[in-house]
Amino acid sequence: MPLILTEEQTMLQDAADGFLIEQAPIAHLRKLRDERDADGVSRDLWRAFGEMGFAGVIIPEALGGMGLGAVEAGVIAESLGRTLTPSPYLGSSILSAKVLIDGGSQVQQAWLPRIAAGEAILSLAVDEGAKHAPSRITTRAERAGNGFKLNGAKAFVLDGHVADALIVVATADEGTTLFLVDPATAGVAVERTVMVDAHNAARITLSDVALDADAVIGAVGDGEVLVDGALNLGRACAASSLTGAGDQAFKTTMDYLRTRKQFGKLIGEFQALQHRAAHLFSELELARAATIGAQIALDEGREDAPLAASIAKAKAGRVAELAVQEAVQMHGGVGMTDEFDVGLFMKRVRVLNELLGDAGFHAERVARAQGF
Amino acid sequence: MTDLEQFRAETRAWLEANCPAECRGPMADDEMIWGGRNPTFKTPAHKLWLERMGARGWTAPEWPAEYGGGGLSREEAKVLASELRRIKAQPALASFGVWMLGPALLAFGTEEQKKRFLPEIVRGEIRWCQGYSEPGAGSDLASIQTKADDKGDHWIVNGQKIWTSYADKADWIFCLVRTDPEAPKHLGISFVLFDMKTPGVTTRPITLISGKSPFCETFFDDVRVEKENLVGTLNRGWDVAKYLLAHERTMIGAMGEVGGGRPVGQVVLDAIGADEAGRLDEPMLRARIADLEIDAAAFRLAMERVGDQVKAKQAHPAIASMLKYYGSELNKRRHELLMAAGGADALEWEGERSHDGKAARDWLRTKANSIEGGTSEVQLNIIAKHLLQLPGA
Repeated sequence: MPLILTEEQTMLQDAADGFLIEQAPIAHLRKLRDERDADGVSRDLWRAFGEMGFAGVIIPEALGGMGLGAVEAGVIAESLGRTLTPSPYLGSSILSAKVLIDGGSQVQQAWLPRIAAGEAILSLAVDEGAKHAPSRITTRAERAGNGFKLNGAKAFVLDGHVADALIVVATADEGTTLFLVDPATAGVAVERTVMVDAHNAARITLSDVALDADAVIGAVGDGEVLVDGALNLGRACAASSLTGAGDQAFKTTMDYLRTRKQFGKLIGEFQALQHRAAHLFSELELARAATIGAQIALDEGREDAPLAASIAKAKAGRVAELAVQEAVQMHGGVGMTDEFDVGLFMKRVRVLNELLGDAGFHAERVARAQGF
Repeated sequence: MTDLEQFRAETRAWLEANCPAECRGPMADDEMIWGGRNPTFKTPAHKLWLERMGARGWTAPEWPAEYGGGGLSREEAKVLASELRRIKAQPALASFGVWMLGPALLAFGTEEQKKRFLPEIVRGEIRWCQGYSEPGAGSDLASIQTKADDKGDHWIVNGQKIWTSYADKADWIFCLVRTDPEAPKHLGISFVLFDMKTPGVTTRPITLISGKSPFCETFFDDVRVEKENLVGTLNRGWDVAKYLLAHERTMIGAMGEVGGGRPVGQVVLDAIGADEAGRLDEPMLRARIADLEIDAAAFRLAMERVGDQVKAKQAHPAIASMLKYYGSELNKRRHELLMAAGGADALEWEGERSHDGKAARDWLRTKANSIEGGTSEVQLNIIAKHLLQLPGA
């Protein structure tokens, strides 16, 4: 499979870019932020996302989705990265949908058409501490009567404060187990956390949360494969958002280099800046190749897909980090102002970098996978 | 079974039967198969490997069969490359003819030139060198002064080239000469071919900091060059050179792939040892190696993607500068890490423990990667000008 988009994928990219530039340009984020919107995401926009088919990109057609793969999911994620759009997409359409597609019961899969329609918001609750550590889950699921009792705490739960349902990763005696949890259940406490990028996550506390046995997604003790599947796809999509944000910051900066005059010259004429720009272009090319490479590996079900996803997440993260820092630096004083968008990109990239494992986390996975 | 799967099965079987055991696994410098009129082979097996691959045209898999190439499609060539990698086959031929001149001849050569030169390049019978840089024309290649005086049916060439790779071992040279001294800088240059045995050609090796002499000074004193050996249009040699440079840059960029048999981390783990958890027992070094492996993997994908873009006619020609820049810098990083991993042992310049200073000599050699074929700074200039269209570049 060539590492380039097909004609159909390019059309999807154009549709997503066009839609977001019109419906949710960066001003959309600013508005939600400045008005301190209670939800932090627009329900109307989410419904429109459903109508465009974006919300159901990986959901099977029989369940109201488009039935597409990781490359297409990444295309939409990249567009969201370019416009910095707060959207339930990653938490709902990617992470949660993937879990439910792979392991949901028939009743649980009833959520999928609602996600595809842009009606329901779901979130996968994995992380517990400051750093991503899916192999060290301390949230406990103890058998109680015919069901389970959950105790623990979750952090960085994407849009968890407005979620209609949570997918909680816990450890039972039998092993990792996933639970579909109604946030209104007694013992569930949700605290909204507005992040540096004005997107939202939540901290969830679970205190003696009583759940029926049918809350289990998949089988008791067999949750690890479901989590891994979701995380691999999530990482590949986060890499797309990082690539989109980094590339957009880069393009904005190149325009600035062609416009801004100092010392009687366009600053883009100075070789000091030209070489950094050229280096950054090279890095972005590698990030893009690694990202689409990972998505194709996932679509082909290749054995090396998890490693490819880690390489993509690490590379895209490092590159986007460089891109946004160069963007602020090359804009000079105005780069430090809230008025200019480049600072918003720096904030967003910082959050995306941390999400689902930062570059260091993934470098560790690469080292282990390669046996050193 | 698809056609491609059948091709893979047949290729795998053929390679298993025809690639000698001596030509598999990590390659030492003296195992490099350069071919040429007076070839030296490490073992008879290496000679056999070249003969077998050359006969199939698989030293140049995608070149047309009518010129001795393999006649493979791009997808088939990828399959072949992956099967060669699978058995850790050493390259059957190291050749500037295959890497650089061949593609230029396919693009610009006459039918007679293709028929004459390409088959012998594929079989490894003629070893080529590149006569580009001069003492006064390094990164600013268009300043060349080597002169070709028109004598009717031939030219008389006078001048000097420098950094000519393996000129003292080469049979022929592809060379940039000035055929119109009055023309503006990039015009008036022609791309010509001639035998290194032509009277008036002399070479002198240049010793590098690595202690080796792969480069030469090359002198031309009243050298006769036949006009039939002009490639492309008279005074338009710069077009041929640019095309060829793009291939050279891609090739130098691909050097990041050459040592790619085992991940650096595993090589280093064997050398340094592991902690109780099985991890390399040098955590800071381990982190740097992991980062290198990520970049190397991303670079391999970027090269593959450029190939796909070329096939889909979506690639910008200057993208080769990105590959040259990134690949050469990556290779330098790799060898810095290998020296760090080798510690005091790698610092020994002689003796068996350090294989006569192999790691150190290889490390020193990589410092040239970001200089030859156009410095990293020149590549960054090209990217800034042609790909980013920044002002005044």
